[in-house]
Amino acid sequence: MAVQPAVRELSGAEMVIRALVDQNVDVVFGYPGGAVLPIYDALFKQNQLRHILVRHEQGAVHAAEGYARSSGKVGVVLVTSGPGATNAVTGLTDALMDSVPIVCLTGQVPTHLIGNDAFQEADTTGITRPCTKHNYLVKDVNDLARTLHEAFHVARTGRPGPVVVDLPKDVLFATGLYVAPDATPLRKSYRPQTKPEATRIAAAAQLIAVAKKPLFYGGGGLINSGPRACTLFTELARLTGFPVTLTLMGLGAYPASDKQYLGLVGMHGTFESNNAMHDCDLMINIGARFDDRVTGKIAAFAPHSRKIHVDIDPSSINKNVRVDLAIVGDCAEVLTALIAELKAQKYKPDAARIAPWWRQIETWRKRESLRYEKSDTIIKPQYAIERLYALTRDRDVFITTEVGQHQMWAAQLFKFEQPFHWMTSGGLGTMGYGLPAAMGVQLAHSDALVIDIAGEASILMNIQEMSTVCQYRLPVKVFILNNQYMGMVRQWQELLHGGRYSESYTAALPDFVRLAEAFGAVGLRAEKPADVDRVIKEMIAVDRPVIVDVQVDPKENCFPMIPSGAAHNEMLLGPSDRQSSGPVSEEGMVLV
Amino acid sequence: MAAPEAVEKHTMAVLVDNEPGVLARVIGLFSGRGYNIESLTVAETDPNNRLSRITIVTSGTPMIIEQIKAQLNRIVPVHGVHDLSEEGPFVERELALVKVTGSAESRAETLRLADIFHARVVDTTPESYVFEMTGSTEKLDAFISLMAPLGVVDISRTGVAAISRGAGKF
Ligand SMILES: Cc1ncc(C[n+]2csc(CCOP(=O)(O)OP(=O)(O)O)c2C)c(N)n1
Ligand SMILES: [Mg+2]
Repeated sequence: MAVQPAVRELSGAEMVIRALVDQNVDVVFGYPGGAVLPIYDALFKQNQLRHILVRHEQGAVHAAEGYARSSGKVGVVLVTSGPGATNAVTGLTDALMDSVPIVCLTGQVPTHLIGNDAFQEADTTGITRPCTKHNYLVKDVNDLARTLHEAFHVARTGRPGPVVVDLPKDVLFATGLYVAPDATPLRKSYRPQTKPEATRIAAAAQLIAVAKKPLFYGGGGLINSGPRACTLFTELARLTGFPVTLTLMGLGAYPASDKQYLGLVGMHGTFESNNAMHDCDLMINIGARFDDRVTGKIAAFAPHSRKIHVDIDPSSINKNVRVDLAIVGDCAEVLTALIAELKAQKYKPDAARIAPWWRQIETWRKRESLRYEKSDTIIKPQYAIERLYALTRDRDVFITTEVGQHQMWAAQLFKFEQPFHWMTSGGLGTMGYGLPAAMGVQLAHSDALVIDIAGEASILMNIQEMSTVCQYRLPVKVFILNNQYMGMVRQWQELLHGGRYSESYTAALPDFVRLAEAFGAVGLRAEKPADVDRVIKEMIAVDRPVIVDVQVDPKENCFPMIPSGAAHNEMLLGPSDRQSSGPVSEEGMVLV
Repeated sequence: MAAPEAVEKHTMAVLVDNEPGVLARVIGLFSGRGYNIESLTVAETDPNNRLSRITIVTSGTPMIIEQIKAQLNRIVPVHGVHDLSEEGPFVERELALVKVTGSAESRAETLRLADIFHARVVDTTPESYVFEMTGSTEKLDAFISLMAPLGVVDISRTGVAAISRGAGKF
């Protein structure tokens, strides 16, 4: 009898399965088609990987993003060639902008047909080159395993991001030798720097020791670095007594209930966060990227501050804002080193030195910039979110959002105490993100309460995924703040375009309760403030997917707001504030 | 506010894995982010390790130049980016093939000019010459503009290749 060979030859499709298993993948979000049939056949014959059949490939990528952002693992997508791949492009761009680790396998026509305009052929590596961290076209089955392992490595290390592996059908049928992840050599040209330079850490410690008006500005890099980075960040903030603000992507990196926390920063951030940003003398940016939603007018951004910028991606440094001290490295490594350095220097917080700063911050806080006019006849969207928070805060709750006013209200009013619990499309601002993302979160956390805070316009962009959540009995909740408008568009038209509401009203909205029922989910509706608590409690109580149609004030605007082109200390605090600051500058009008 | 930063010209050597798509990644980066490419050349320079060297001449403010280098370094198959303009003295050369046609009277003048510039004749017919000339971009420009009135009909240029002076690598 022949001896069992040490390495068995596998088909390309079998190698794909094997590589995913070896990369500790448990869920794949996908949609079949001609070019990937060999992989679907191999999936059929195994039981280590769970395949979730989405209803649109964009949904597959957002689901993988939700899975990844809520678990810290790589999200995996499998789509067919041509339209399967092009449908994934929005999701890939979203993942690139928000640094989410994704491996997306795309089918491709057989190698001998590439370039022939074959049926369902698209130049997938060409199309996805600018919207991935890296991509591959595998032309030889003997490169396949190595390429897949490298794809996972690239997706998850450094600044994470989406990686596409394009797989021609003949390569999936061919047989070759499989290599395991640990037998795959690391690529020489790709070595992200994770450990910071010691001299820079020492310089940072010195700036921290003398600052009078310091501010921590934390971002999504903390979340990507992981829970340890967030714990260290909290430790550093406590050690120094400095105030903390977070970006949209960073929510949860620092406990929102803490008294040193000033709330969200940026276009719809709190008065205290933005004024502290403007007036600080030392800004310590950890894992944020000076996005234009945060900086506002660059020329007037934190004019009197020294800036420290910690980022794992050297290209984020000095891109929008010149900084005084750049520290390239992984947030957790940098924070570990910085805390050790402060302790070695016998650093003692000097409460007296920063006391005037805190007094100033308290006066800003007293403005209560998130306050809104209450009503007992009409549901204010802010009220709905406040109640949602109050009634779910004792649970393991994960929030995703769509894009618009509801997203900003959720960011302002829902309080996150830990990382991985807030998933939103920040960089790309993709309407239609929230429902599929929630689906991915629920798969990573089967017992958790997962809620997509949605707008009635956004939810229609990937509503087909209700069919997926029903198929897999995922008890995802869609909490729609239904203002009948593309509220954020309406708000800009009101403030910038003379109230000409061009195409921002949706005239023929579906009946969301009956829509939920048509999918096999539960539909609920709240029409007046008194209904809100009841529908939320009912939504939580049913162990099934739910759509809640919360009919809110169609005219409400989201404040505070830094109008485009304005500085942080030129915020609009509410409707009555509008005239005082004058019309938006011409320069501001052209900004998005 | 500080005065706007001046635009500088930089020559960079980028060492990359010679694999499909790598040039598209580099060019896509420049077009996607709106950076200038004044010249770009590429060829495999280390066949044993399958490495190619891309020489890019670009321009931008110091902040943009820093961004270009950081963005190039972020490309997975890029091994390193060397800003020759910053790292010390370097040699820059370009090759041009220049085709000149003209009347019998101008042919002597054409040859005299070529001789001054040390351009070699690589093709001759009764009506035309093709000159090969190597030098800095500026020298090539000067040669071509002097030749123009004598009947330049076509030009082919390679773009810049560059290397540092002295014993150091790159
Ligand atoms: C795919 C996509 N298309 C267009 C936009 C521009 N946009 C931003 S917010 C918004 C309106 C969203 O309306 P809705 O979901 O009802 O949320 P609301 O602002 O009313 O809370 C639009 C159209 C976008 N962000 N994404
Ligand atoms: Mg709306």
